[in-house]
Amino acid sequence: MAAIVELKDIAATFPGAAQPVFADIDMAVERGEFVIVVGASGAGKSTLLRVIAGLLEPSAGHIAHDIEKRPDRREIAMVFQEARLMPWRKVADNVALGLEGLDVSKSERDRRIADALRLVGLADFGDRWAHELSGGQRQRVGIARGLAVDPDLLLMDEPFGALDAITRQTLQDELLRIWNETGKSILFVTHDIDEAVYLGDRVLLLGGAPARIVRNYEVGAPRPRSREGEEVGRVGAQVKADLSSLFDQGGGI
Amino acid sequence: MTRRSVLGAGGLLAFLLLWEAIARSGLIEATLLPAPSRLPATFFSEVSLGFWHAMVFASLNHYLIGLVSGSVLGVIVGGSVALFPTVDATQSWLARLLRPIPPLAWIPFAIIWFGISETAAAFIIAIGVFWINYFTAYAAVRAVDPDLVELAASFGHRSLGARLRKVILPAAAPGILSGLRAGLGQGWMTVVAAELFGITGIGQRMNEAAGLLATEVVIVYMLTIALLYGVSDMIFVAVQNRVLRWQR
Repeated sequence: MAAIVELKDIAATFPGAAQPVFADIDMAVERGEFVIVVGASGAGKSTLLRVIAGLLEPSAGHIAHDIEKRPDRREIAMVFQEARLMPWRKVADNVALGLEGLDVSKSERDRRIADALRLVGLADFGDRWAHELSGGQRQRVGIARGLAVDPDLLLMDEPFGALDAITRQTLQDELLRIWNETGKSILFVTHDIDEAVYLGDRVLLLGGAPARIVRNYEVGAPRPRSREGEEVGRVGAQVKADLSSLFDQGGGI
Repeated sequence: MTRRSVLGAGGLLAFLLLWEAIARSGLIEATLLPAPSRLPATFFSEVSLGFWHAMVFASLNHYLIGLVSGSVLGVIVGGSVALFPTVDATQSWLARLLRPIPPLAWIPFAIIWFGISETAAAFIIAIGVFWINYFTAYAAVRAVDPDLVELAASFGHRSLGARLRKVILPAAAPGILSGLRAGLGQGWMTVVAAELFGITGIGQRMNEAAGLLATEVVIVYMLTIALLYGVSDMIFVAVQNRVLRWQR
């Protein structure tokens, strides 16, 4: 397997801050892999995604991409915690945001929007306004917007964190289905450990000050998984134990 | 008709009847308070003499020139100040100095620079409209959600032009439009005052009529302004609702 993105000794520092949020980050996402980053709040999980997305310059280190550049797609797309829909655009036009500026014809654009909306189960919602949607539907549109640019790597920043428990579980299963159907690589940030071990091939634990990748867990459970499965439960318990010992050392906050 | 519009029409009718009764009772001299029943005849006489069209046309002309130039400049300057911290810092004391000067205080200079002319009236109107739009555009652009700017950047819209087109202008549109609407009203207030100094238009005609104690003519033009303002505001709101149809 080839790494689709590989981080070497990456550090990020906020302007004016004495020490970096995180440092010496070495990690990679393999093609088609579903990787989760967990950690206490403030450990820099969202910042890490922003560095990979190119929204933030790292203060040290190097990022290597192995993604074919093409004018009709973006290599990396991001899904945010709050759906971040533009209220002045209809659903289809929100999904089109990333396609504007890419080299795609009108018909190809419409096809991609329709495909992305179908993939997230909102085929008939293109003509709605954002405020007519529920929280879960809004987040589906956020995912469709990411998929529409046909990225190799989808970055997801606690995308289900603001949803109620039932909607969250539904969307987790939908995301697994979409991942299966599209073969995208996903780097997914969450603070919900049950979510992490249910979804991920691997879970990275971010902690300390400045934060580092403290541990890498392989979740060996075969798919489709059960939320109550033995392996899922075992890794989950391990992550929880490590996270609370980090917390006791005072390094997690 | 709703209960509200019935009551509204009733209130207006009662006001007119009370006014008519007081005027007819002889308690107040007719020149001080002309009866409303005399107004239609006065209006038709102003129209047939050609004054009404000429004055409305002249006023509309300064109004539109002043409104458009003041609005455009106000939105551009206010928006730029909100976008660029350096521009903001550079102009902040200057704005604090000039902003409190009422538009009408510029009349002496308007006349010195432009004479008793159309341009002078438009200049005074533009000043009042400028400041309203400057502040609303500034506030509207400052209030744009930075999360949406980041979202657009993450999908490749990073240049200033792209940020403006994709996020800032549509997000600030409700605020900018409410400023434009406030300027629309402010403009009508200034137009009359500017014309009182002899620039051709409704204000000048009112001033002439008042000098001759032709108070019914004054009232006809007062109502004309109310009508013009009402119509322009109605048209604006219709356009605004169309542009902002995405809002709940």
